[in-house]
Formats: sequence, structure tokens, C-alpha cells
Amino acid sequence: MTQVSSLEDRFLQIIDADEKIEPKDWMPEEYRKTLIRQISQHAHSEIVGMLPEGNWITRAPSLKRKLALLAKVQDEAGHGLYLYSACETLGIDRSTLLDQLHTGKAKYSSIFNYPTITWADMGAIGWLVDGAAIMNQVPLCRCSYGPYARAMVRVCKEESFHQRQGYEIMTVLCKGSEEQKVMAQDALNRWWWPSLMMFGPNDADSTHSELSMRWKIKRFSNDELRQRFVDMTVPQAELLGLTIPDKDLKYNEAKKGYDFGTINWDEFWEVVKGNGPCNEERLRARVEAHDKGQWVRDAAAAYARKQKEKSSLSKTA
Amino acid sequence: METNWPLYEVFIRSKNGLSHKHVGSLHAADAEMALENARDVYTRRNEGVSIWVVKAVDIKASDPADGDFLFEPASDKIYRHPTFYEVPDAVKHM
Ligand SMILES: [Fe+2]
Ligand SMILES: [Fe+2]
Repeated sequence: MTQVSSLEDRFLQIIDADEKIEPKDWMPEEYRKTLIRQISQHAHSEIVGMLPEGNWITRAPSLKRKLALLAKVQDEAGHGLYLYSACETLGIDRSTLLDQLHTGKAKYSSIFNYPTITWADMGAIGWLVDGAAIMNQVPLCRCSYGPYARAMVRVCKEESFHQRQGYEIMTVLCKGSEEQKVMAQDALNRWWWPSLMMFGPNDADSTHSELSMRWKIKRFSNDELRQRFVDMTVPQAELLGLTIPDKDLKYNEAKKGYDFGTINWDEFWEVVKGNGPCNEERLRARVEAHDKGQWVRDAAAAYARKQKEKSSLSKTA
Repeated sequence: METNWPLYEVFIRSKNGLSHKHVGSLHAADAEMALENARDVYTRRNEGVSIWVVKAVDIKASDPADGDFLFEPASDKIYRHPTFYEVPDAVKHM
């Protein structure tokens, strides 16, 4: 008992001193579990997040847009890898993590359960979805768990191109034909509220927040980050000449920020529970991609085995 | 559930003159594949001029719980530091 409490004291000292916890350091079981849950959800989100945009790679309107979109989707695959690797340092293995995703046991960000029906959605996703992700991820670069913090530094460096290419798509559409402007506005209308939901439930209803703040896994509350996102994004929409689909949106001089309308949390929880417009499609596509890749993994394993046999033969010869 | 490919730790030299630095890890069927995948994942933006991959199981790491015991011998040897020695103020370039 005294043993555990002194280890725990040491752990809290490290946290309070703003130093990092590294994989082999002692940590409370709950800290480990919380991190595994959060990092794996984050990794799954990067991987599933490739699907809505993958939908438009073959239909991008120009070679330039196609190259950008390909590079972005490839980055997201990389983000998934950095995060799975960080998660594995906590003692869970890759196949278990993938199994949790493929069996529907693990969650990923709900935003990816919405469809991408026009090219403008590529603009709105880069601008809003990657924008919201950046807002969430920048503070995670200072997370108390070393491997997660380091993975987030890499991710954040790569994200800013994602947001800028999205905003550029919107800019071009908004300067285009009437039809293109309508398309851009329609995309904003559909992605605005789901983007605000990306920050998670209101602070009063958020279950994991308090310990995560104590342990410096999280640095800011869901509502704080959401407020910052709104304050940052509204002027960007104005520059595009687009209207945020919220009649309650109003600048509040006293708080030097925007007041905004109530989020439809029923919709949020329905999507989390699996009843969003694309939940089934996303999971099916993911499982199918994994299963169809089986022969490639088998072939690579067989090749590696043969190469090893060959080299051990030539050594003994 | 399938078995995992071995885990490789990835080290990158960002430019000549600097040491290789640990950047992360990945699973691969063999070292060759680990090297190729490390190139694709960890050097997409000119982050490196050289890559090392090492099987994670081949790394023997010290135990942080032994930290005091391992590193304590160094902490009381202040005479290993230049400031331990007194030299007259008049002496230049030392
Ligand atoms: Fe990402
Ligand atoms: Fe991104």
C-alpha cells in the first residue's frame, strides 16, 4: 500500500512539474486505460477519416486538387500510424487495436459518419474538420504522456496544410459561379454543426474530463476549445462571404467572443451509437479494405521468411 | 485475430552532421520493408537523409525504477565539472 502510494506520489510529482511520463515509468492503471482509450480512438479516427475524402480522389476537378487530396489522405494514414505506435507503448498490440475497430467495439470521431456528396465537401472538411482537429490537437502536444505528445507534434506540423488546402478550395468556389457559391454554402450548412460536435459533450456532461485534466492529458475543456473554434472560424466564413447556419450566432462584446446556438445533442448521441448516415458504410469499407489486404500481408510474410532462410543457408554454406 | 509483424523502432538523421534520432516505430515483415515504410511515413517532407530501423525486441532498455541506483554515482562527482576548479580571475581563455 505504502509502496503504491509512494509510486503514485512520484507520478503526480512528475505531472505537477510539467514533465513527461514515459512508457516504462510507473503509472496508475486508470491513466494507462484512459490513454489507451483516447489514443486508439484518435488513431481509428485518422484511419476512418480517410474514407470520406477518398471518395473524391478519382473525381477531383483538376490534377492539382487531386495531388493535394492524395497527399492529405496519405498524411492521415501516417497520423493513424504515429498514434497506433504511441498507443502500443502502453502495452496493447496492433492487432488487438484493429480488432476493436473492426468489430465496432472501439469508437472513432462521429464526424466521419457524414457523407461527402459534393466537391465543396472537400473544402469544408479541410477548413472545418481539420480546423477543429487542430484546435483539439495543439494542446495535446503538451500532453503528459511522452509518446502521445511527440506523435502530436508531428501530426500538428502536417495538419496546417490540410486546413489551408480546404480553405483554398472554399475560396475558389466562393469566387466562382452562382452554382459554385451555392455549393460552398450548402457544404458549410451541412458540416458546421457536426464540426462543433467534434469537441465532445458540454463540460457539464463530459464523463472523463476531470481526471484527464488532473493528469494533464487534456489541457482545456471541451467547451473552451469549441468557443475558440467558433471565434476563429466565424471571421473566416465572413471573408468567404458565407453565412454560418446559426440564427443565434452573435458577437458578445462582454466576453469578447461569439454566443452561439444549442447543439443538437440527440443527433450527436445517435451518430455515436451507430445510427449516423454512414456508420455502417464506413465500418464495412474499413473491414473490407483490411480483409482484401490479407493476401498482401501473407505474401510479405512468406517473402520475409524465404529471405531469412536464404540468408541463413548462405551463412552455413 | 492475426499475429503482428515484428515492431521496428525508427531513427532518422535529419542532415549530415547530426545524430540519428528516434522518431517512432512501425510493424514490418522484415527490415527491408521497415526501411521502405519508414521512408514513406517518416520522411514525407524531407525530414531525413538517413534512416536506421532496429527491431524493438533487440533494444535492451534500462528500467526507470532503477534510475536512482543507475545514475546516482554520477550525481556526487562534482569534480567532473569545470566549475569545480578555481582559477584566478586574471586568467583569460580558460
Ligand atoms: Fe490527421
Ligand atoms: Fe488532417
